[in-house]
Amino acid sequence: MDQFLQQLINGLSWGSIYALIALGYTMVYGVLRLINFAHGDVYMVGAMTAYYVAHWLGFATAPSLQGFVVVMVLSMAICAGLGALIEAVAYRPLRSQARSSMLITAIGVSMLLEFGGQRVFGPDPKFFPQLIESHSVLRAGGVILTNIDLLVVFLSLALMFGLRWVVLRTRIGLALRAVSFSYDASALMGIDVNRVISMTFMIGSALAAAAGAMVGLRNPKIDPLMGLLPGLKAFVAAVLGGIGNFPGAVVGGLLMGVTETFVAAYISSTYRDAVAFVILIAVLLVKPTGLFGRVTVEKV
Amino acid sequence: MKPKTLLLTLILALLPLAIACRQPHDEIVIGEFGSLTGGTATFGTSTHEGLLLALQEINAAGGLLGKSVRVVTEDNQSKPEEAVTAVLKLIKQNEVVAVIGEVASSRSLAAAPQCQSNRIPMLSPASTNPKVTQVGDYIFRACFIDPFQGSTMAKFAVNSLKLHKFAILTDIKNDYSTGLTEFFRDTVKSLGGQIVAAESYNEGDIEFKAQLTAIKAAQPEAIYVPGYYTECALIARQARELGLTATLLGGDGWDSPKTVEIGGRFVDGVYFTNHYSEEEQRPEVQKFIADYKHAYGGKTPDAMAVLGYDAMEMMADAIRRAGSTKGPAIRDALASTKDFPGVSGRITIDGNRNAHKAIVVLKIDGGRFHFVESIAP
Repeated sequence: MDQFLQQLINGLSWGSIYALIALGYTMVYGVLRLINFAHGDVYMVGAMTAYYVAHWLGFATAPSLQGFVVVMVLSMAICAGLGALIEAVAYRPLRSQARSSMLITAIGVSMLLEFGGQRVFGPDPKFFPQLIESHSVLRAGGVILTNIDLLVVFLSLALMFGLRWVVLRTRIGLALRAVSFSYDASALMGIDVNRVISMTFMIGSALAAAAGAMVGLRNPKIDPLMGLLPGLKAFVAAVLGGIGNFPGAVVGGLLMGVTETFVAAYISSTYRDAVAFVILIAVLLVKPTGLFGRVTVEKV
Repeated sequence: MKPKTLLLTLILALLPLAIACRQPHDEIVIGEFGSLTGGTATFGTSTHEGLLLALQEINAAGGLLGKSVRVVTEDNQSKPEEAVTAVLKLIKQNEVVAVIGEVASSRSLAAAPQCQSNRIPMLSPASTNPKVTQVGDYIFRACFIDPFQGSTMAKFAVNSLKLHKFAILTDIKNDYSTGLTEFFRDTVKSLGGQIVAAESYNEGDIEFKAQLTAIKAAQPEAIYVPGYYTECALIARQARELGLTATLLGGDGWDSPKTVEIGGRFVDGVYFTNHYSEEEQRPEVQKFIADYKHAYGGKTPDAMAVLGYDAMEMMADAIRRAGSTKGPAIRDALASTKDFPGVSGRITIDGNRNAHKAIVVLKIDGGRFHFVESIAP
């Protein structure tokens, strides 16, 4: 039982990271019907930015909670800029073209970030500075909850509720929902579609950057190719929850983290990645729209 | 095809040929391939630094066979597939007479068949998996092999540390890690110890808590983690975060300054087997450390630097004795290496082209690697 609870904690904390990345996939898909394959690499840039910001501002040598929050927020801001830039340079000029051109460009941007990252940041793994010293905050029997796991889950939830508030309660959120409901109709209604799409990329990228900073804190080894697999898994998580659906992305991400942990713990880590994809296939066979997805009729 | 397309295709097809144009030379060229970048970058860079130190000494003493020696280095980015490309480039394009490399067994195994089929002697400084030299009679190594390393750690843990219940955490796709696991497990069992948990991970993973929680439930006294430093240090960190207090044991893959940088205070108390200790008082060791510090701004050499140096010196010794740079001649000379006074110990090449020499056990304490014991084969 102790082991089960501990694995659940491990899985939820790991899954929050997937959930944050998955939200970015879902948001962009919602407005553009585009799988932004560069999203996992924006998460990598987020971790790298946090690394450099922490060193520049001197938080690497003087760890504190405020320090981490400052580093994370700055990294989110910089990646929001990067997201907007990627959209403006790589996707906007192709918006009127066939959807496959944008998809292939997304793969190109992803490669550019990965291998450009190897050039700029150096290909070696970096040690992410310990901005918060880890210690256990809760110890019940054999179950240990560390302050970092708690912080990761708490910050992820805060960001998710923040996003929910933006989407449901603000004008830009309203515009975002309108664009994702119907691109053409909202353009005709006078919504500045370019601004909305730009905003979507900024928010999604900021969430990915937050995930990057938190992963650095939790598993302090970062490198330019670190976004590859988590990006893919988060995409699976988004599809699993029903792509385009926000609560679906969060549930999908958490489910992914917990499943991976349990497979590694009770079956074998060799099958961990395979099982993730088997579950995806199984869910899609039974419910092609994902867990929370709605059937949309393709209008001709 | 349109003329423009045809022209473009031709240019692209001829490009590699133009790049491959080679220059004549009247020097002895030795190839080196290693992980100068990527997940195990310190292995490659340390080896390279040790090798360059040996090269300077060789050239300062007049080179080999009256010619100066040049080393061409190729980076394989810590990837087995790149190792094949790198070694082919060295052989075909740079026309090297011999090859030195790699540290990681999986990358040596990827490159060795190319050296074997081209009859170019290959000397691996630090690949410890037995399969490496089994590729063929042109493949040698300057280090001990996994059966020795794995079983020595098992004997040390059972006999000296008096531990009996072990867990193992293996990098499942890595030849080095699975090799050590096998020999450690068998020796522990033959000494009456118990393996209570066997878990695995994949190179590049950053999350090990699932496996470590499962290990914790089995309550081992020690955990054997025969992996490479980037993962091992994270494993140590996460094990302690989960409240696992079992002693951590490892192999020479732990030997890197990064182990302490990533692991911090969490790697204190780890025991691992290694090729050399800077605390050994043999004159060869102390002279090498002094020269290395002088050459590289006061940096203390790790075992990979020592093996890079030894590999280069062994190769030079073989070429000198062979009196020729022909592949078969160098091969025969390498095979007859006996009591070579290396920094890492007295090296004798046995019938399976493996080096016979002593192993040391180190303990990490306060961020430093301390000498515990030296164990002869």
